[in-house]
Amino acid sequence: MELTELIIKSVVILVVFGLTLVIAMYSTWAERKVAAFIQDRPGPNRAGWGGLLQPLSDAGKMFFKEDFIPAQANKWLFIAGPGIAMITALMTSAVIPFGNTFIYGGKEVAMQGVETNIGVLYVFGIVALGVYGIMIGGWASNNKFSLLGAIRAASQNISYEVAMGLSIIAILMMSGSLSLREIVNQQHGGNWNIFYQPLGFIIFLVCAFAECNRTPFDLPECETELVGGYHTEYGSMKLGFYLFAEYINIFVSSAFMSTLYFGGYNYPGMDWVYAQLTGALGATTGHNIASLIGMGVLFIKALAFIFFFMWVRWTLPRFRYDQLMDLGWKKLIPLALVNILITGAGILLLKPWLTALLD
Amino acid sequence: MQLTNRSKQVSNKTMTFSESLFLPAIAKGLAITLKHFFSKKVTIQYPEVKRYLGPVFRGRHILKRDEQGRERCTACGLCAVACPAEAISMIAEERTKGEEHLYREEKYAAVYEINMLRCIFCGLCEEACPKQAIYLRHDEFVPVFTERDQVIWGKDLLVEDMNNRYKREAWTKEEARQLDQLKASGKVTTVETRAIP
Repeated sequence: MELTELIIKSVVILVVFGLTLVIAMYSTWAERKVAAFIQDRPGPNRAGWGGLLQPLSDAGKMFFKEDFIPAQANKWLFIAGPGIAMITALMTSAVIPFGNTFIYGGKEVAMQGVETNIGVLYVFGIVALGVYGIMIGGWASNNKFSLLGAIRAASQNISYEVAMGLSIIAILMMSGSLSLREIVNQQHGGNWNIFYQPLGFIIFLVCAFAECNRTPFDLPECETELVGGYHTEYGSMKLGFYLFAEYINIFVSSAFMSTLYFGGYNYPGMDWVYAQLTGALGATTGHNIASLIGMGVLFIKALAFIFFFMWVRWTLPRFRYDQLMDLGWKKLIPLALVNILITGAGILLLKPWLTALLD
Repeated sequence: MQLTNRSKQVSNKTMTFSESLFLPAIAKGLAITLKHFFSKKVTIQYPEVKRYLGPVFRGRHILKRDEQGRERCTACGLCAVACPAEAISMIAEERTKGEEHLYREEKYAAVYEINMLRCIFCGLCEEACPKQAIYLRHDEFVPVFTERDQVIWGKDLLVEDMNNRYKREAWTKEEARQLDQLKASGKVTTVETRAIP
């Protein structure tokens, strides 16, 4: 790899990293605002304009609180827990294609941390690792409630990962590729996967809620039953990391859903915009600006999903644990299997007929 | 016995297929919360905006002056006796010649202090006062204090400012009751506020 390419790549990675952190930070603000608006309140509005400095003051508070470790806790694992949660949450955003390519000095660089041909598998692997942060933290606290919360988190994530994986298989059957960029490029223009996979999308959405431990599936931190769940013993910035990791997960899963089902950086009329821009500003600048617009479109989609996550949180009550397992194993997994069968039948029978009809 | 018509018969019917999907119900719930998202917020931004608490609210104390601007208080001590929290203390003094324009009676309170940490804002001082001198304002609170010497209020804070007189619709219980009845019967709609009890 040449030096310029390396530098551009590092800049892209840093931008992706920074954007993820900033969006997660302001998600905490947005969560409180959305909660307040839904409850007919104005929400935080004292720190800065519209309460925009609230995340900073929250973080400051978290940093200056006493960093407490319980006497009987396993010290190293207790510290490792939030770290693992944070690292795994941040690693997932590496493979998401945030935009088309960026041309600088004749080099074409993808707006993506790492371009792999197994992006979907990578995301699934890291998400599966994410439960270790909760598991280790909950176990190391040496507290019954923490352990129960951790066990709940683990079993919930394992159950819903199955249905999630099965719902994605339908997408993979359609695209024939595990590369996220490839999947996005196949959804060029308005040809989004949501129109072919509505059932798969709903299954994936529900599983994403469960994987992020969000209401209505936030049983690991169910305060009515488990005090604080897996983070009962945590305080100061270690607790902050857990909460922050949750918001990063929300952002990443929102971006992931936009990528898989809502066309990523594609939008209807993008070819016309691209032609206009390249015609007016020249091939390089026009291409770069078109890529930036695509990136903005992806972020709008992701932010809409983040809003949806919050909207659902302040609407639905929590599931009971047996209901959660019921939904996961008895409803979503069979539905996902049926979805695979329907997709297979569609590809085998409907697609040749449709193409013959169009030709 | 039925108190309201809102009670509903409990039913243990099994859910229909569309009900067991939950999705229509979830969409309905989301619509309700979205409606609230865009609805007008009910919050009052408290320290900047204050709600009117009504004509009978008991806020901070005021020592009234009469129509000529003379202090009404005669330092009889009945308010201090009536006070259940023992928040009021005073030192009486005799009026000397040439002070007739300052004090209405021949005796006056040289020092009049209320401990605002002790005061429970019950209004018994107001009822005990035979000279209609002390009142609890309906429009102002005791402000938040941060220092100990801000707690005990002397005459400098309590005595009425002639340029900014405290006005009320009614000054006695009887008057207030009469006013209420007139308002209820619709004979009176607006009442002039006045500064003199």
